[in-house]
Amino acid sequence: MARLNANNLTVAQEILSRYPVPRSALIPLLHLAQEQDGYVTEDAMAHIAELVGVTPAEVMGTCSFYEMLKREPVGQYMVNICNGISCHLLGSSDLIHHAEATLGVRPGGTTDDGKITLEAVECIAACTEAPCLQVNYRYRNQVTADDFDQLVDDLRAGTAGVAPHGQLAKVRQHIGDDRRAGVSPPDGQGEPAWMARNPSDNGDGP
Amino acid sequence: MTAPAPQDLRVITSRFAIEDGHTLAGYERTGGYAGLRRALEMAPADVHGEVRTASLLGRGGAGFPAGVKWGFCPPGVWPRYLVVNGDESEPGTYKDRLLMERDPHQLIEGCLIACYALGLSQCFLYVRGEMAHAQERLAAALNEAYEAGYVGANVLGAEDFSVDITLHWGAGAYIVGEETALIESLEGDRGMPRLKPPYFPASIGLYGKPTIVNNVETLANLPWIVSNGGEAFAAMGADSSTGTRVFAVSGHVANPGVFEVPFGTTTFRDIIFDPLYAGGMRPGRTLKTFIPGGASAPWFFEEHLDLPLEKTTVDQAGSMLGSGAIVVMDDTTDVVKACHNVVRFFARESCGKCTPCREGTSWLEKILSRILAGQGRPQDLDLLMDVCDNISPGIAWPPRQTTICPLGPSAVSPIASALERFRGEFEAYLPATAVTVAGVVS
Ligand SMILES: Cc1cc2nc3c(=O)[nH]c(=O)nc-3n(C[C@H](O)[C@H](O)[C@H](O)COP(=O)(O)O)c2cc1C
Ligand code: SF4
Ligand code: FES
Repeated sequence: MARLNANNLTVAQEILSRYPVPRSALIPLLHLAQEQDGYVTEDAMAHIAELVGVTPAEVMGTCSFYEMLKREPVGQYMVNICNGISCHLLGSSDLIHHAEATLGVRPGGTTDDGKITLEAVECIAACTEAPCLQVNYRYRNQVTADDFDQLVDDLRAGTAGVAPHGQLAKVRQHIGDDRRAGVSPPDGQGEPAWMARNPSDNGDGP
Repeated sequence: MTAPAPQDLRVITSRFAIEDGHTLAGYERTGGYAGLRRALEMAPADVHGEVRTASLLGRGGAGFPAGVKWGFCPPGVWPRYLVVNGDESEPGTYKDRLLMERDPHQLIEGCLIACYALGLSQCFLYVRGEMAHAQERLAAALNEAYEAGYVGANVLGAEDFSVDITLHWGAGAYIVGEETALIESLEGDRGMPRLKPPYFPASIGLYGKPTIVNNVETLANLPWIVSNGGEAFAAMGADSSTGTRVFAVSGHVANPGVFEVPFGTTTFRDIIFDPLYAGGMRPGRTLKTFIPGGASAPWFFEEHLDLPLEKTTVDQAGSMLGSGAIVVMDDTTDVVKACHNVVRFFARESCGKCTPCREGTSWLEKILSRILAGQGRPQDLDLLMDVCDNISPGIAWPPRQTTICPLGPSAVSPIASALERFRGEFEAYLPATAVTVAGVVS
């Protein structure tokens, strides 16, 4: 049911074409599955296993290691409040307590309407903007309690301009067929041609 | 000398203020891809030579010279890969994300130069999963660069130089920043560090082949180095710490920010107190302590302020510049809570492969939690040090390692620093009975 749909299968094939060893595409494909369904379903893992040529158990093994990959449904919006050291120093604990009170859930929990999942996360690389958070991996900087409440209202009203959970980057890499150098498989390759250039070639370059 | 004033010295953040600096048009207009063109006129070995001359130290944490590491690729073994470490997750670190978002082409150009110099035939750009905007900017930049002929088949029309850059997503795991874990992850596995030796993936890395892993900031310096020459780069900063470096100054300062400064000559006092940079403490507050190089680094104090941001000096003073993350704490700071915060990070992020790290970090976290809850036992402070000693015997700097990677020993730094300096604050958390009957209660 929740195997990759036809559109995403095409995207998946393109992703696979960029790796010399298909297994390397596992995480990007899991992200793609999550983009489709909001979380990674068992059917999607089985489908990815087929595409990559590994067992579903191996896909599960990788999937379960990484925090972003959810194997259970989560809210439409993941609100991840940073609790790293710089944010801690500037009041992230208070912000988290405020969020708990506002949403009525503890970190890890999802609101009854299924809209918002709250998480307290480690440093998200915006330390000079503390305290900060991410909504579906989009930043909100120097967040006050009032900012937080406004954000929650906007998310509930659907006016926050944030894509639903799972949809990560809005731009995908695309390599035109005529522009591909081609992948480098780990075996069966000699020294790359350009390494034979030497100083006397100077000036002959493009 | 017509050297620019320190605050005007911009090697890799020069386009941060330019509105369209992230686009190909903006990049080309401001000198972009000149370094690549110049490199292609040189022999690959000579490009490598310029990087050696520059004495460019790695910006990912360990500070190993890039030109030397590049030399560790075993001759005659092909293919070789380039893996860009864009996993930036060390608490306090904030610079690689900016470099990827604001100047993606500079990084792409740096990758191409490294590939050309060393015969790396495919590049993987591993970007931390949580950085959706950075991924977008890099995807857009790569698409433009491919179209324009800078990346892919026949770079700039050269018949003999073709290289693909594959944008890769992480999925949330700090430990994947460790280079061998990064490679495991890129092979589709759980991100657990590999047993050393080999010490460098340059000998055995991705798919068992020679692999150069470099940090985003390290590679972002290459276009400037090739355009201006390794000597010009080495002339900036100090003898042993050349060029510029990007530091994030966060925490209790008046003006937190990300600053590019001359490497090795700027001091902690400059960057924390100068109005050009972080502008000193918040009004009415005084400095208590600061972390000089990310969560893994032992803490520094007032007496360290005049040390230059120079690798050897800081190493010898008992800490490290690490990933360029300076976290400042003022007199309002509860150091026990701050210490607990950093230790909890390592306990959460341990990959679980080595017993001293898996068990040790979580016990440190548990003990600190009970101290904070007012349920500490009189022997807990010594117990903390004992657990630290088990993770990293001798609690020395640089730390001794009983583990596969340095994450475990990193959890020792905040405890050793805070407990040595502020033992009284820890004791104050112990229940009164525990303190008075210390040594009697077992
Ligand atoms: C636990 C741990 C986490 C690390 N995280 C990062 C990281 O997020 N980014 C990074 O560039 N290097 C990180 N490193 C350092 C890398 O292992 C590696 O040394 C570096 O990427 C090499 O690049 P450089 O020589 O250009 O600095 C980490 C190391 C350890 C032990
Ligand atoms: S030290 Fe910790 S994080 Fe590193 S390999 Fe061992 S268990 Fe994993
Ligand atoms: S500590 Fe919150 S973003 Fe770094």
